[in-house]
Amino acid sequence: MTVKNIRLIIDKERCKGCLLCIEACPRGVLSVAKGINRKGLKHVEVKHPEKCTGCGMCIVMCPDCAIEIEKES
Amino acid sequence: MKEFKKPISMKDVPTHYCPGCGHGLIHRIICEVIDELGIREKTVAVAPVGCAVLAYDYWDFDTTEAAHGRTPAVATGIKRVLPDRLVFTYQGDGDLAAIGTSEIIHTGNRAENISVIFVNNGVYGMTGGQMAPTTLLGQKTATTPFTRRPAEDGFPFKIMEMMAVLPGVTYLERTSVCSPKEVFNTARAIKRSFETQLENKGFSMVEVLSPCPTYWGMTPLKAMKRIEEVVVKEYPLGVIKG
Amino acid sequence: MKEIKYLSTGNEACGEAAVRAGCAFYAGYPITPQNELTAYMSLRMGQEGRTFIQAESELAAINMVFGASVAGARAMTTSSSPGISLKQEGISYLAGCELPAVIVNVVRGGPGLGNISPSQSDYFQATKGGGHGDYHIIVLAPASVQEMFDFTYDAFPLADKYRIPVMVLTDGMLGQMMEPLQFDENIKPPQEIEKPWALRGASGRDARAVKSLMLGVGKGSLEEHNEKLQAKYRQIAASEVRVEMYRTDDAEQVIVAYGATSRIGRSCVDRLRGEGIKVGLVRPVTLWPFPYDEIRSLADKNASFLVVEMSAGQMVEDVRLAVQDDKRVSFYGRMGGGIPMEEDIMSRL
Repeated sequence: MTVKNIRLIIDKERCKGCLLCIEACPRGVLSVAKGINRKGLKHVEVKHPEKCTGCGMCIVMCPDCAIEIEKES
Repeated sequence: MKEFKKPISMKDVPTHYCPGCGHGLIHRIICEVIDELGIREKTVAVAPVGCAVLAYDYWDFDTTEAAHGRTPAVATGIKRVLPDRLVFTYQGDGDLAAIGTSEIIHTGNRAENISVIFVNNGVYGMTGGQMAPTTLLGQKTATTPFTRRPAEDGFPFKIMEMMAVLPGVTYLERTSVCSPKEVFNTARAIKRSFETQLENKGFSMVEVLSPCPTYWGMTPLKAMKRIEEVVVKEYPLGVIKG
Repeated sequence: MKEIKYLSTGNEACGEAAVRAGCAFYAGYPITPQNELTAYMSLRMGQEGRTFIQAESELAAINMVFGASVAGARAMTTSSSPGISLKQEGISYLAGCELPAVIVNVVRGGPGLGNISPSQSDYFQATKGGGHGDYHIIVLAPASVQEMFDFTYDAFPLADKYRIPVMVLTDGMLGQMMEPLQFDENIKPPQEIEKPWALRGASGRDARAVKSLMLGVGKGSLEEHNEKLQAKYRQIAASEVRVEMYRTDDAEQVIVAYGATSRIGRSCVDRLRGEGIKVGLVRPVTLWPFPYDEIRSLADKNASFLVVEMSAGQMVEDVRLAVQDDKRVSFYGRMGGGIPMEEDIMSRL
């Protein structure tokens, strides 16, 4: 089985901009977005989706269940 | 195919917790363990008074409130009446180690077959960042503006170490949530605590060192670093009993 | 039906009634003058395979009862005045969460540590709150060992029916004295009712929460919850008042007394009637809801009232509210554990 498409989805309204996911990511996939969400918080966005291996460490560290991964195999 | 979905036992609602607060992480970890053990339908939880007072809005299993500190007494009442349910309390520094000191010690001493999740973030968050029994010496809080000094304010309170001498207490472990490795460790410890209960092996407690970025006056990342570098020196991680 | 009859203390009669009423959980802490009750429960609950816990404090005990009630069980705690003070927070929580529970207060002299003599100085605490917030609990006042049994037995289904704490308000004398007690040996617990609100694990239904914290506005607000509670209290006040009217039909003077004091009052009525004086006794059995209407009906017939209590005068305020004419309401009381004597009561009539 080969993992083809790994899609990292961040719910920007759920994200509170704690940035723990950025710290947890070993590959620099995530970064702070330029804008703000409806709560006025600087949320996180997927900057380099091509670098994502789907390890899920970002999800492990997210206190708000704001990140999901879709995988096609 | 979606992977890494939020746990079934967690309601799909945004939480009121601050950015980077440990409660969001620990709530999710508990829900993941409950899902893994398949015990959502027999769980009855007791929520504290503190930032997590609204936990019942986030957990998709039966939950009751309790008067501040009386949480283990309420859990005792539930477990004695429903001995085959998974009964756990979720408590902060004030609830467990200040106003509830008597209840937690005696619940452990009676070997009540319940699990306790103790969230240690060194302050009273909900009420505005006052000193907690677990506040470190030299730490500035709303009620220690001159920092915490032993002569006036006493010492950081080690309830777990104190309770280790009680024969009724089976398993005590201290973990944290400051890295993925520690998050997994907390999940393992909570699972062990729940299994201890389900196997009728007595009282168990997991103390989780958690960040309060708001009242530590630092970013979530710096707060996690503070746990790793400063807090663990006073509150070392590991199995304290069992 | 096979009646058994034996000499019992009021405390033990209360305990036996709880067991017979299907009390599944008891938590208490030693305090005089109700220690016989706690000890009796430790024996009987153990014999019946039910839960007895000597808690670390009265605070812990009321909260254990809260937990047992949340889980749908009939639960009871007992104490005496200072311990009941400790329980006030828990009672407020029980009332706010609409949880049934039975609480027995074997009143002693106060305030503070006081003494261990009987008293009636917790009337305000029992009927006007004691704990914080707008709430009421049903308060039953036995006046004999038999009533210690009967009222405790009744307290459990009453609490279940209305989802409300019920207090049996008694005193050290009734608790420790011995009188004949009789009941059907095969008495069954009052019918258990469905408790759809109880927490037993979310199996086959949505998860539930039990709470009294309501931070929102409008629907589901605390104000709305309080209106619901008040509606419940009005319903209880309309249907659960219990009062004994003894020789009051043609009474020109009426003694108003409850509990142990009512027995002394009853003796006074009988003695004075023997001398041709038209005296009667109103004995409130429920202190909340209070029998305002019954007292008012006597006031409408121009009776005057002597309220007798083992306190500085607490129930007298409710009598004054009922009568609406202070000139016709007088008070005699003994405080700090003192017991009124018949002569002292009769000399005031």
